[in-house]
Amino acid sequence: MAVPAYFTRGETVMYYAVRVFVALVLLFLIAPILAVMPLSFNSESFFTYPMPGFSLKWYDDFFFNPRWSGAVKMSFLVAIATTIVATALGTLAALGLSRANFPAKATIMAILISPMIVPVIISAVGMFKFYASMDLVGTRLGIILAHTALATPFVVITVTATLSSFDKTLMRAGASCGAPPYTVFFKVVMPLILPGMISGALFAFVTSFDEVVVVLFLASPEDRTLPLQMFSGIREMISPTITAAATVLVLISTAMLVTLELLRRRSERLRGVAPI
Amino acid sequence: MAMADALPNDGVMRAADGTPLKVALARAERREKFKAMALVLPLFAFIIFSFVLPILLMLYNAVYDPDVAENMPQTVVALKAWDGKDVPSEEVFAAFVADMKEAQKNKQTALIGKRLNYEMSGIRSKVVATGRKVATVEQPPYRDAVIAIDKVWGEPDTWATIKRSSSDYTPFYILSMLDLRQSPDGSIENVPSDRAIYKSILVRTLGISLLVTMLTLVLGYPVAYLLATSPQKTASILMIFVLLPFWTSLLVRTTAWMVLMTDGGVFAGLMHFTGITWFLNLVGLLNGEPELFKTRFATIVAMTHIQLPFTLLPIYSVMKTISPNYMRAAKSLGGTPFYSFWRIYVPQTLPGVAAGCLLTFILCLGYYITPAIVGGPTDQMISGFIERAINSENNWGKASALGVILLTATLILYYVYNKLVGIDRMKLG
Repeated sequence: MAVPAYFTRGETVMYYAVRVFVALVLLFLIAPILAVMPLSFNSESFFTYPMPGFSLKWYDDFFFNPRWSGAVKMSFLVAIATTIVATALGTLAALGLSRANFPAKATIMAILISPMIVPVIISAVGMFKFYASMDLVGTRLGIILAHTALATPFVVITVTATLSSFDKTLMRAGASCGAPPYTVFFKVVMPLILPGMISGALFAFVTSFDEVVVVLFLASPEDRTLPLQMFSGIREMISPTITAAATVLVLISTAMLVTLELLRRRSERLRGVAPI
Repeated sequence: MAMADALPNDGVMRAADGTPLKVALARAERREKFKAMALVLPLFAFIIFSFVLPILLMLYNAVYDPDVAENMPQTVVALKAWDGKDVPSEEVFAAFVADMKEAQKNKQTALIGKRLNYEMSGIRSKVVATGRKVATVEQPPYRDAVIAIDKVWGEPDTWATIKRSSSDYTPFYILSMLDLRQSPDGSIENVPSDRAIYKSILVRTLGISLLVTMLTLVLGYPVAYLLATSPQKTASILMIFVLLPFWTSLLVRTTAWMVLMTDGGVFAGLMHFTGITWFLNLVGLLNGEPELFKTRFATIVAMTHIQLPFTLLPIYSVMKTISPNYMRAAKSLGGTPFYSFWRIYVPQTLPGVAAGCLLTFILCLGYYITPAIVGGPTDQMISGFIERAINSENNWGKASALGVILLTATLILYYVYNKLVGIDRMKLG
């Protein structure tokens, strides 16, 4: 990383200063996440280095204590249901919105995206009161409905972005060959916008899987999701199992990130455009 | 040929079935429009019913306030004729006694007391006590009998408060969240400074959000610059450092900071090791080891960490589109490196800076989890007070009024963001 020969002394100093500064910022970004992971293998229940010994007991607690494993199951159930409903609704809406001359497009788009912008505490409190009047508080259905509302904006945004580079004459070509609309969608449109749909679905999954404020109001105490279990764990009694849970969640997000990156590369290779 | 003969020969272009082409086109376009709307309708209806409507109904509680009107109907009617100057007439007290007997039977006196207590602290127990004793008052003169139970009923201010809260709608909650109140004569005034706490919560929320936004900009701008100008290979490796935290849940990152910032934890150890603790002790900013957990410092550091990618990524995507030729041109025209950067490069990145900073500021306003975990009692933001108003105080009016203020601020910024950036061009990841 030698500087070009024509650099003045000031430029050389700036060149290295910027790089050192950026290195420190990147360290600031990644270090807290990495620093927590080794602590989850600590044999003692406090959070300091050097660790007195190595132990897997917090992972044992995480995977086999029904309080935690039940929460993991609950989280997956809610997140998968949310992903399916949000992807279906969001993709349909994005298909409609991407048609030419859609009336009041900007306003409708702003309303559909609003769950992403409205502070989540307001959404949570509003849904709590409304769902309570329909006996949905404390049920899984209530949480799934709420999470679907929060997750659809991500699907709408990613699929709309993919559709903006989609060649619409392909749909006409399909129709002119005699295919009914649903055949055109499943045989022509969907294979091409699939990367956008999948990244939207991933965002929807993560939104639901990580969400804690709405669950705080809507979940029953016996039926907690993983983030809620972590949050109440932090507030009631800090056990290092939380660091084990955090480590597992970081691994899951890493897997998501890798999937998304592979999708992006694939679609770049296929069509020369990125889905997001 | 028969078909062509049947058509009038007026020079209008026609479709195969004989309708003028213009009409056929309009019809086809209308059909397309309906189809498009039918595709959007399921999600639109879902968002309206499961999201927009619940929020609007909840926020309605900020002004809808029927507790007094429902539980003291006769008193409310009787007070209409009262001039507000002196202790009300015997009729008002007769109505009051009847209402209180009814409320006592229905166990509503605590509710009335709670509502009146918001405006006159200390009256709750007096209302409840009066409810218990009011059964002994059976014949006129009611006025003296009620004042004998508690002399608070002999004060015009008490009745002014009841009269003011007797409407189904009240400005009380929203006013009090801005540290304002209606004085007994109806004019709006500032509350006494010892009770003015809410404006400081608003100022604190805005202050923390602004500081975090500025920190993310200062830290993120050079990173975005290096990411955008580095060769593809280097950039995609550096990008992992930004995207991995971005994809890690907010709760996990907050947990990480909580673990690192515990007293005697990793962060304090690092400060000790690098000599920062020693230096801060030397200049007198610190006495002994630092206590970081449950402080404003921890809140700001954790929030900056969480929001940094949100500010950085929009700046990065704008920087990607800036051709390096502009900088070369500036330098070849004799601009110093700093001058060229400041006058040529930075102005071109401003759309990204605006988008990133606005997004971070909007998201910061609504923070609840992070201040709740790593912040102390004086670091809680509006969202924290909304949560507490419901879970600890069961005061929906207050929660809704705070919600109205928070949502208004957010929506104004959202509108600006939409005008400036365009919500459909928001980049994710």
